Amino acid sequence: MNEMQFLTWVRGPGLDIAIGIFLLGVLWRLIEIYSLGRKVDVAPGRHRDGASGLHTVFRRSVPPPGMIKRSPVTYIGGYVFHIGLAIIVFLFEPHIILIRDLTGLSWPGLPSQVIDLVSVITLGAMLVVLADRIKNPVKRYLSTFADWFTWTLTFLPVLTGWMAVQHLLLPYTTMLALHILSVELLLIVLPFTKLFHAFTVFGSRWYLGKINGHRGVPV
Amino acid sequence: MQGPLIDTLARRGVTRRTFFKYCATLASLMALPPSAGRAMAEAMAAAPAASKRPSVIWLPFQECTGCTESITRSHSPSIEGLIFDAISLDYQETLMAAAGHQAEEALHHAMKENEGKYLLIVDGSIPLGLDGAYSCIAGKTNLEALKEAAKGAAAIVAMGSCAAFGGIPKANPNPTGAVSVSDIIKDKPIINIPGCPPIPVVMTGVLAHYLTFGTVPELDKLGRPKAFYGETIHDRCYRRPFYDQGKFAKTFDDEGARKGWCLFELGCKGPVTYNACATVKWNAGTSWPVESGHGCLGCSEPDFWDGGGFYRALSRPADPLKMAATAAAVGAAAGVAITFANRAKKSSAKAAHETVTLADLEK
Repeated sequence: MNEMQFLTWVRGPGLDIAIGIFLLGVLWRLIEIYSLGRKVDVAPGRHRDGASGLHTVFRRSVPPPGMIKRSPVTYIGGYVFHIGLAIIVFLFEPHIILIRDLTGLSWPGLPSQVIDLVSVITLGAMLVVLADRIKNPVKRYLSTFADWFTWTLTFLPVLTGWMAVQHLLLPYTTMLALHILSVELLLIVLPFTKLFHAFTVFGSRWYLGKINGHRGVPV
Repeated sequence: MQGPLIDTLARRGVTRRTFFKYCATLASLMALPPSAGRAMAEAMAAAPAASKRPSVIWLPFQECTGCTESITRSHSPSIEGLIFDAISLDYQETLMAAAGHQAEEALHHAMKENEGKYLLIVDGSIPLGLDGAYSCIAGKTNLEALKEAAKGAAAIVAMGSCAAFGGIPKANPNPTGAVSVSDIIKDKPIINIPGCPPIPVVMTGVLAHYLTFGTVPELDKLGRPKAFYGETIHDRCYRRPFYDQGKFAKTFDDEGARKGWCLFELGCKGPVTYNACATVKWNAGTSWPVESGHGCLGCSEPDFWDGGGFYRALSRPADPLKMAATAAAVGAAAGVAITFANRAKKSSAKAAHETVTLADLEK
């Protein structure tokens, strides 16, 4: 298989398989999780300001008081790479063309130099977060194979995409094919690992906020 | 042609100075040191009395003659065309006056006379299907002819994408079982000059290099001269700034197209195509595909014909998604099935639940 065949495969059958497994997994898990349900809480609800599902969705998006000082790497590193990923995935023109092709939705993108800079910052933040996970004894103790694995699968698409644009190490065609392949691996693994938080994060916050809100506890 | 090349050129109105300038340009195009231009000029100008001119045999296989057209006509009459006078083109079906047995005789004569020294140029792919019966010359299959001619060749130039990579004949489903020269010949230096057709100056550059130094120029992984195939069309494209700014033509006649914006969305394969079109251009530097408003097809890359469609942007899927709807349905069904299983588990747990009484605790 030469470079062009490799690229055409990842753009064709490879993408088909990856998106197929992704959709299968996402629908399966969303239905499974949201259909679990809970026993109805028959106790009368208590009302307290700031205790509701919506409040928790927003509250948990900002660091609790004092935490940013106690754990700056976790918070700042986490923010930077999450926002960076969102910018790269949704505001790079070739990505928008793909999204438009798959969903019919499109929006304006950012100049490629800006995406380039954001990629470097994102890669840097991800490396810092990884170093912290290795260095910090508590984090290291809590880390399982799934954590290292999902970090790698998130890192690779950004790295290969940036290297393709910068013409590093391998010819652009091969690197582009590797980039698409790494995204396909991410898509396949996403529904079945902790990466599924991309779909459940706000739902679960709402859920917790609502349950505790009923008891009058803002969480 | 009689006498040294420089005399022939002079007779055709090309001055020595023009010729030296041309050689210097050629050398710089090929990223050779400045001294190489002079060496080239001297080697070619001094050249070769009729009997000593390097013999070149050009074999056409499954091809459309577009490569020959490109070389002979696009710059004609020019120095490019005249470079051919520095060689002795002993067999070229399209250009030679001889036909039939005479042509065959010329071929075998040249092969015998120059054994081990001649340069073999091949255009077209070699069919292996039906024992090679898809393309024969003088009762011989292309495969036999290639093997025979390659045996005594000093080096082989695979001209055009068909000879270099199989090209259009090899396009899916490859009915003739077409393969490239390098798929068959393994023991000779092979220079691939892909393109559909290749740029004339690339051809003459390689010939000049061979005539001057007696060696093949530096090649990339796909056997292409690095000097011409070292960078992508996209990186050298004058429309590149529009790509970086995110300005794309959406159709061939919208405002973006009229303003000369990037053709990426219209399927331009410039980012994955290594060739010199963007710098050397075509037809004596007049224009080139992207400048004329059409995206690059990627014709100098292997299997460009099967690259997912000429008008499909590189970042779009190469094929329509076939599994998505089924996969979504299967996923939803799995979710629903597990929901029922979970509910059943819950109700059985509820049913099996035994109330604990005070008496139980005091047991």
